[in-house]
Amino acid sequence: MISLAGRDILHAWGKFVFTGVGLGLLIGVTLVMAGVYRGMVDDGKALLDNSGADLWVVQQDTLGPYAESSSLKDDLYRTILAMPGVARAANVTYLTMQVRQGERDVRAMVVGAAAGAPAGTPGTPPYLVAGRQFTRGHYEAVADMATGFKLGDTIRIRRNQYTVVGLTRRMVSSSGDPMVFIPLKDAQEAQFLKDNDAIWQSRRRTEANPAINRPGASGVLDAVLASQSSNNFVNAILVRLEPGADPDEVARTIYRWKRLTVYTRAQMEDILVGKLIATSARQIGMFLVILAVVSAAIVAFIIYTLTMDKIREIAVLKLIGTRNRTIAAMIMQQALALGAIGFAVGKITATFAAPLFPKYVLLVPQDSIAGFFAVMAICALASVVAIRMALRVDPAEAIGG
Amino acid sequence: MATKGIRIEGLRKRYGSGDTAVDALKGVDMHVEPGEVVGLIGPSGSGKSTLLKSLGAVIDPTAGRMTLGDEVIYEQGWKVPDLRALRRDRIGFVFQAPYLIPFLDVTDNVALPPMLAGLPNTEARKRAQDLLTALDVRHRAQAMPSQLSGGEQQRVAIARGLVNRPPVILADEPTAPLDSQRAMAVIRILNDMARKYETAIIVVTHDEKIIPTFKRIYHIRDGVTHEEAGEGRGFE
Ligand SMILES: Nc1ncnc2c1ncn2[C@@H]1O[C@H](COP(=O)(O)OP(=O)(O)OP(=O)(O)O)[C@@H](O)[C@H]1O
Ligand SMILES: [Mg+2]
Repeated sequence: MISLAGRDILHAWGKFVFTGVGLGLLIGVTLVMAGVYRGMVDDGKALLDNSGADLWVVQQDTLGPYAESSSLKDDLYRTILAMPGVARAANVTYLTMQVRQGERDVRAMVVGAAAGAPAGTPGTPPYLVAGRQFTRGHYEAVADMATGFKLGDTIRIRRNQYTVVGLTRRMVSSSGDPMVFIPLKDAQEAQFLKDNDAIWQSRRRTEANPAINRPGASGVLDAVLASQSSNNFVNAILVRLEPGADPDEVARTIYRWKRLTVYTRAQMEDILVGKLIATSARQIGMFLVILAVVSAAIVAFIIYTLTMDKIREIAVLKLIGTRNRTIAAMIMQQALALGAIGFAVGKITATFAAPLFPKYVLLVPQDSIAGFFAVMAICALASVVAIRMALRVDPAEAIGG
Repeated sequence: MATKGIRIEGLRKRYGSGDTAVDALKGVDMHVEPGEVVGLIGPSGSGKSTLLKSLGAVIDPTAGRMTLGDEVIYEQGWKVPDLRALRRDRIGFVFQAPYLIPFLDVTDNVALPPMLAGLPNTEARKRAQDLLTALDVRHRAQAMPSQLSGGEQQRVAIARGLVNRPPVILADEPTAPLDSQRAMAVIRILNDMARKYETAIIVVTHDEKIIPTFKRIYHIRDGVTHEEAGEGRGFE
């Protein structure tokens, strides 16, 4: 037996290819959407992996430092370092902002990390693709390649200039912004920097306070002013555990002694995926549903029309003894072929389009496989209407009146 | 009584019921012997198509009896269970319009019924090509139906009707779209095939040109048939 569906497709290939390409673009968009979601999750995981931390110590009762703001005194890390099971502990600050370079500015996550710290200190860039780590306490930066900055570039973060001395790869925030690492002190300053007028006004208020500005005790005023203009807060303390230490155990100890909220790697991942990108995920989910419905409607309509055009032939086929099953299979196979063409076009489109998107689009094979089966299921379902119509065709119609 | 060919006795067909019921066939008697081509003529609304559909097993008669060869295929409300297989294997159809399958080439259009009956493709195509040769359209075997002339299409359609060597062929106005020369050619082919394959052929027609060629004619009027001898010209 020959394939009726195949012959019909060859005969009307223009129609099939044309519809298949249209459907394929829709499927391409769908795959990219799924890729955007995967990219967000992967960005989140990259953020956690690259931080080099096993535990995140943050302000009590916050979901910091990524999902909520958190602030801690910068001397706490020493106490934590002394706790059993802790190998390394380091302060870190995160601040998402526009970083200027010449005429342009780039949205980046500015990370303040310990300068000149030994390799493997959490919070510092784990590996460089070019250049070196910053060693000086001030005005050097390590930038992610995605910022477009080059070694030796001068960049501006708030009021200070930094020289790019090193480059990293795939160091991104949970929203996909590339990271720029600067020394912790500079970052603390950048985070809490007040403008000159504000400093001047605050200084005037302090000076006007007789309790502080006491005659005969001029040292008090100076000390207070110094503490006001400097900032000794950080957003989190990143902890690297000793090999074999139990993260939950250490987390409980830190909480018991310091009353600080501590998250393990697994908890942090839950926060990022479950809270930070959950709304985006639902948004993407909605789009996927709409695209699926639109695709189904297109396939159903096209297959229905193609079958409508063949009513007479179907009556003749039935008259000369074709089984209903054969006719249903013909229509279903055409719908599936349309889906296969669409999927191939969509997959190719998505693969070529993914790198062009500003944020990371991660196309994973499981999504493609799931997408393929979803497309096939949708096409099979969409052909049901046409099949029902074809099965109702009376072979007597072929004989006519 | 003939043991081949087709025979119907007292065939009735009522469409609908109650006040709106139409008695399209009111007791039709008819028999066609193997190798014979008979004409079926009658005015519009007389029941020709209804009779053809009953013979073609696509509508159920209301009463009467139909036998194909020595097998009863319909009797007083009882019918053979697999009408689809009956149509596929035992009845050939030729229509006024050729109704070829547009997405199959000429060979596969003709090879389709044997393929449906389960013959391997190569064998089905071989059979189709033999028949196309006999019908003088072998040179168009690879063409698509849309590339054929009306007469060629009609010959391909006849080949499709004959290819499973059915004992009965039902032809509905097969010469209507053709000029008289082509019409005569089609009738000649049907007569040749009837003789060659021992087929019983019923030709429904209005066509004055071909009526004189039948040796036997059934006139149908108001759902009742009357048999009469035709002129039988040209096919002795
Ligand atoms: N499906 C149907 N339902 C009800 N009545 C029908 C149906 N089909 C045919 N009839 C009626 O049965 C009678 C016979 O119709 P039929 O189609 O057999 O005539 P015909 O001889 O083929 O006519 P024509 O030469 O015009 O094709 C007519 O009165 C017609 O109106
Ligand atoms: Mg009619």
